[in-house]
Parts: sequence; structure tokens; C-alpha cells
Amino acid sequence: MFYKAKNYRHPAFLEGLRDALPQTPGVAAWGLMTGVAMVNSGMNVLESVLMTLMVYAGSSQLAALPLMMAGAPAWVVLATGFCVNLRFVVFSLHMRPYLLHLPRLERVLQGYLTADLSYVLFIRRFTKPGHTLLDKEMQSAFLAGSTCAVWVTWMVASFFGILLVNIIPSAWGLGFAGTLCLVGILCSLATNRLRILTATVAAITAIAAYHLPLKLNIVMAIAVAVVMSMSLERFENKSQGRGA
Amino acid sequence: MSFFEGTDVWTLGVILGLTLVTLVTRGFFLYSSQEWSLPSWAQRGLQFAPIAAMAAVVLPEIVLVQGQFLTTWMDARWMGAVVGAAVYFWRKNVFYTILAGMLTYLPLHILLAW
Repeated sequence: MFYKAKNYRHPAFLEGLRDALPQTPGVAAWGLMTGVAMVNSGMNVLESVLMTLMVYAGSSQLAALPLMMAGAPAWVVLATGFCVNLRFVVFSLHMRPYLLHLPRLERVLQGYLTADLSYVLFIRRFTKPGHTLLDKEMQSAFLAGSTCAVWVTWMVASFFGILLVNIIPSAWGLGFAGTLCLVGILCSLATNRLRILTATVAAITAIAAYHLPLKLNIVMAIAVAVVMSMSLERFENKSQGRGA
Repeated sequence: MSFFEGTDVWTLGVILGLTLVTLVTRGFFLYSSQEWSLPSWAQRGLQFAPIAAMAAVVLPEIVLVQGQFLTTWMDARWMGAVVGAAVYFWRKNVFYTILAGMLTYLPLHILLAW
């Protein structure tokens, strides 16, 4: 965590901060539009500020907004947010050996602050967890610096978005930038053919089942796409095993 | 713009719930101090869930208008999304996706009302 002196006095903290700096315009644009999208979806300033400060997860915020607007039940909003956030579960598994030397509370808080970008930058810089405690502390300080840059940029940009929403006419359809953010993340997740197929199946299911009540089309699309991808993967592995 | 009026308990509850969702998902494997691992079928399934969730949320937003499939190709949203996706694969940066997508979408949407 970046407020710990042990972290921000460490030279690796600055290194982490500098590493994240070139990415901050992207984070800022996304944060700004998330701020605008929150107010445009009908939330007041207090609610938007609270959501920014507490939820701190752009993709799940953007995914939740249309559902909240449509009056979907709370459990559907939370289940959708959970599914959109499931990638973080995988990230936390990856981060575990790097953070295990920290006390539990610090570990969990550092996990909470580690969004997509900080995770990607951290794993890119340190492909393996440190062997000595000194190494591990250096890595933690780097991560703290990186998360600090992303957190501050995101918060400032989101607050600007919340306050500037009146200057930006809604008829321009700037909220579409939120959809484009999700398109970008969707593309960044499409790393192999099977995953592209997963996305295609999920999209077709979600569109075909769009008229289901409670926005259940999204839960259904995830279930259908995941089960199909798992079976396909197993089938692919089996046929490869026979060929070898 | 309303600052405080209209604040409702349901919205605050959902915000609190989403905060817990962030805490639980980002810290999922960081809570336990013991050695343990996820069953392999769950690990395999997990890797497909994020992209499935993203696609299920985004695609209907792009090709449906009020629950109906687009009846005309003259819609700025799918064009912006296609350009944005193409630019993502070119530059690998969400910032350029937003920039290029909006530069495609805004003129068509504002000037031609597509």
C-alpha cells in the first residue's frame, strides 16, 4: 500500500510510479468517462463520488450502470459485477506468492488496490516472486508506486467527469466512450481462438436472450459460453493427446 | 445537477455491494495464509468467465436499439466499435481505442444523426 512509509521511502516506489506514468492518459480518459457515465445514468454527485471512492473498478461500474438504470434486481447487478471482476480472481492467484510475506490485512488491501493496469505492469516487471525478504519488499514497494499512480489518476479524472458532466451535452453521446472502454478490455482479453469463440457465443446468447426478465441474458450468456468453452477445450486437448 | 437530493438507500446498498465484490474478487486468493489450490476444472472455467461477461454486456449495447436489432446499417455505434477494436489490436492501448472510436462516432452521430 502506498501510504506505508516502508513502501514510499523505498527507491523502487519511484520506479513503479515512473513505470505507470505513460499509461496515465488512458486511465484518465477512462476515469473521466466513467465519471460522466455515472451521473448520466441518474446517480447524484454523492452517489457517484461514493461509487468512485469505494468500488474502484471501472469495468464493473460501467457494467452495473445500465442494469441499475433498467431497474434490475440488486443481486443481478452484483452477480454481473462479480462476473466482470472474475479476472481479478485469476490475478489474485497470480499475485499470491508475491504478497504472501505481508500481513493478511495489508495483502488484501494491496489486492483491492491492484487494478488491471497495475497487475499487468507488475507482472511484466517481475516475472518471478523474489527469493529473499529484501527482494519481496522491493517488489511490494514497486507495486505500491504503480498502484499509487493509477489510483490518483483514476480518482482525479473520475471527479472531473462527475463535475464536468453538465458542460458536456448528453446529446453528443459521449457516454459511448464507456462502451468503447469495454470494447478495448474485451479485445485485450481475446488472446486466443478459443476465447474469441467464447466471446462470440456469449454475445449471441446475450442478444438472443435479451428479452429475458431481470437482465438474466447476461448470466445465461456467461454460463453457456463458459460450459461450451470448457467442453471444447477438453475435446481439443483429447484429440491433440491422441495425435501425439 | 443534484448533489444530495434523490439519494436512495437501494443505490447506496448496491454501491456497498459492488465494493464488497471488488474486495472479494481482487483479494480472492490473498485472504488465506495456508497452502491450498483451486480444483482444476474451476481454474479452467475461470479463465473464460471474464471475456464471456464482457462480450455479454458490450455486444447488446452496440447492436440493439431499445431491445430491437439494428434495422439500418447507418448507425454510428457499431462503426465506432469496429474502428475502436481494430485500433486496439494495432496499438494495444485502450486509450487509442476510445480516441479512434469517438473520432469515428461523434461526427457521424452529431452531424448525420446516425
